[in-house]
Amino acid sequence: MNQPASAYFIEDRHDPNETHTLAVLVQNEPGVLARVIGLFSGRGYNIESLTVSETEAQKHLSRITIVTTGTPMVIEQIKHQLDRMIPVYRVVDMTQTKRSIERELAMVKVRGQGEHRVEALRLADAFRARVIDATTESFVFEITGNTDKINQYIDLMRPLGLVEVSRTGVAAIGRGPEGM
Amino acid sequence: MSDKSHDPNQMTGAAMIVRALIDHGVTDIFGYPGGAVLPIYDEIFQQSEVQHILVRHEQGAGHAAEGYARSTGKPGVALVTSGPGATNMVTPLTDALMDSIPLVCISGQVPTHLIGNDAFQECDTVGITRPCTKHNWLVRDVNDLAKVLHEAFYVATSGRPGPVLVDVPKDVQFATGTYHPPRKSDVHRSYAPRVKGDATQIRKAVSLLANAKRPVIYSGGGVINSGPEATKLLRELVEVTGFPITSTLMGLGAYPASGKNWLGMLGMHGTYEANMTMHDCDVMLCVGARFDDRITGRVDAFSPGSKKIHIDIDPSSINKNIRVDVPIIGDCGNILGDILQVFKAEAKKPDIKSWWQQIAQWRARNSLYYKKSNDVILPQHAIQSLFELTRGKDTYITTEVGQHQMWAAQFYGFEEPHRWMTSGGLGTMGYGLPAAIGVQVAHPDSLVIDIAGDASVQMTMQEMSTAVQYELPIKIFILNNQYMGMVRQWQQLLHGNRLSHSYSEALPDFVKLAEAYGGVGLQVHKPADLEGAIKEMIAVKRPVLFDCRVAALENCFPMIPSGKAHNEMLLPEQANDEATAKAFAAGKALV
Repeated sequence: MNQPASAYFIEDRHDPNETHTLAVLVQNEPGVLARVIGLFSGRGYNIESLTVSETEAQKHLSRITIVTTGTPMVIEQIKHQLDRMIPVYRVVDMTQTKRSIERELAMVKVRGQGEHRVEALRLADAFRARVIDATTESFVFEITGNTDKINQYIDLMRPLGLVEVSRTGVAAIGRGPEGM
Repeated sequence: MSDKSHDPNQMTGAAMIVRALIDHGVTDIFGYPGGAVLPIYDEIFQQSEVQHILVRHEQGAGHAAEGYARSTGKPGVALVTSGPGATNMVTPLTDALMDSIPLVCISGQVPTHLIGNDAFQECDTVGITRPCTKHNWLVRDVNDLAKVLHEAFYVATSGRPGPVLVDVPKDVQFATGTYHPPRKSDVHRSYAPRVKGDATQIRKAVSLLANAKRPVIYSGGGVINSGPEATKLLRELVEVTGFPITSTLMGLGAYPASGKNWLGMLGMHGTYEANMTMHDCDVMLCVGARFDDRITGRVDAFSPGSKKIHIDIDPSSINKNIRVDVPIIGDCGNILGDILQVFKAEAKKPDIKSWWQQIAQWRARNSLYYKKSNDVILPQHAIQSLFELTRGKDTYITTEVGQHQMWAAQFYGFEEPHRWMTSGGLGTMGYGLPAAIGVQVAHPDSLVIDIAGDASVQMTMQEMSTAVQYELPIKIFILNNQYMGMVRQWQQLLHGNRLSHSYSEALPDFVKLAEAYGGVGLQVHKPADLEGAIKEMIAVKRPVLFDCRVAALENCFPMIPSGKAHNEMLLPEQANDEATAKAFAAGKALV
């Protein structure tokens, strides 16, 4: 049938999805994170990554960094929906400004012996990952970088005895002297 | 240090709540007592400035507060206890959120030290109501209470209005702290709704309007929320430009139904001329409406050839469903004023005579046609009679949800804003009766009528008891067809006429029911008796249940089948079995 299954599905057919990183400055009050997450689940938006921490303790300000995907129209909606929440000060689309740096930290546990162990250390060096814990049969590496770099590193560790990964999610900040 | 016991601003949390209500000019609240709000009820008992209306179910309190708010433009206030009291408020809060109604709900909560303990009548009220309020607060310290209450009133009534909830644990109600009157610093610094429209965008809009060949104004509930000035300016804009105007369900009354440029309501059950004008226009001015799916029909075929101007105070309404060319964010009264000013200074009335001729042809299709009968009352005829017999009176209309609601919107002509209270976005059956109570409390001497269906009205029927207790002479005008008419209509159109659970096998005797509550029951079967019975209903100064027995199988037309475009309307004379089957062939999955 050439009719769409529901009137609600019609608009989403054409535009490809984009991934955007949003920085959201909020009043750090009880429930604020639940509001933001509830907005995403309630309206069916995606969360690829989410980090949150208080950034200015005296002013009770927290910064939430959200990586999300959607069509350009949906991304616009997400920004407006976030912006109209009462405790939200500002929403900045770090992807749209094209002048932002994104970093993520991962801790990667690798278990192995012999040649695998040496190879893991060699790759860690190439990726500027640090050893933050070691036993005779394991390492924990700390690696910082953008998401792609960390994904690549984890893929390389897999055949060398990857045990587990803990990632912080993306934090982002704009280049240059101006604040958000 | 002064002696705190003599400081008039030292008081209990419960006293602060009542004081804050008074400071915000609240004269009437709707509520239901319970363990977690007893200190507040104790304060209410000891004063006379705020009148409390005791409902029979918390949902009734919420809808009554909505009716109060919608008919006055002031915030409605509801007071409920913890647990079930709060969960029963979820429907009215959601309803108010969808329709942008300013509502302040104060709920009791178990004492702070019991929160999280699964205490008696405990629930996570702020968690449950977070997605159905504009904002909500749990107050853990009595010294925060004044600030939160003032902020709550500000948030509810400013920007795009909406419901808020303040959850107050019982120990905070008992505790003594410092109250302060409302002040600017009470509000989040992060909350600053934009009121004034962008001047460049306004110029662009005027230039589009001035050069339009086939324009239309499409107004919504935002115009009414903006206040009387916006209504005045909208009417002036129509006058100055000579443009045709249609409106959403929520916007009825902003432009008078008797006005010469009025096309009738648009959307799923709007008039043929309104929908065709929307479809074929070259410039659309949307004022305070949000392009929802009941308005647009199929979005990729929605008004394909037009430039669209969208005025809305909520930036998230822009480009949500329909991409627009000139968005203007701000208060519609303010922006309409600016548009008028620029238009009058720089443009002249465009010549759209041929457009009006086209519209006249659409109008001639007479899309609201129905066949009257001498044997049985047609529901459309009942509403028309009600309209004729209340015309010129100081009348307020509320509705439930379903066919009767659409017929009311089609056949009752609204001349002024704030006279029409209906559940638009959420579509809450059971809204109309308690809403009528709220309206009557705000306007004790006016004629308040709930146009109801036999199914909807039973959802909140218990509030008849409230009406009787407070001598509120509301008139419940039930179009009784013994069906959930709109459900049945969709089953007939989309589900092979299998009428699954849409027939009311055991309706109460509404006349006896009215009498049991201490109200007045009237019943009419014959068209010849209708007028006399309506007159009798109006004359009675007590709550009335009016059982108007109407043609059971009448359906509501015209109709845009869901997922179809504005120019694919089904008109009443075409609505034979074959045409309907064809029109709805692909629509089974639609809502």
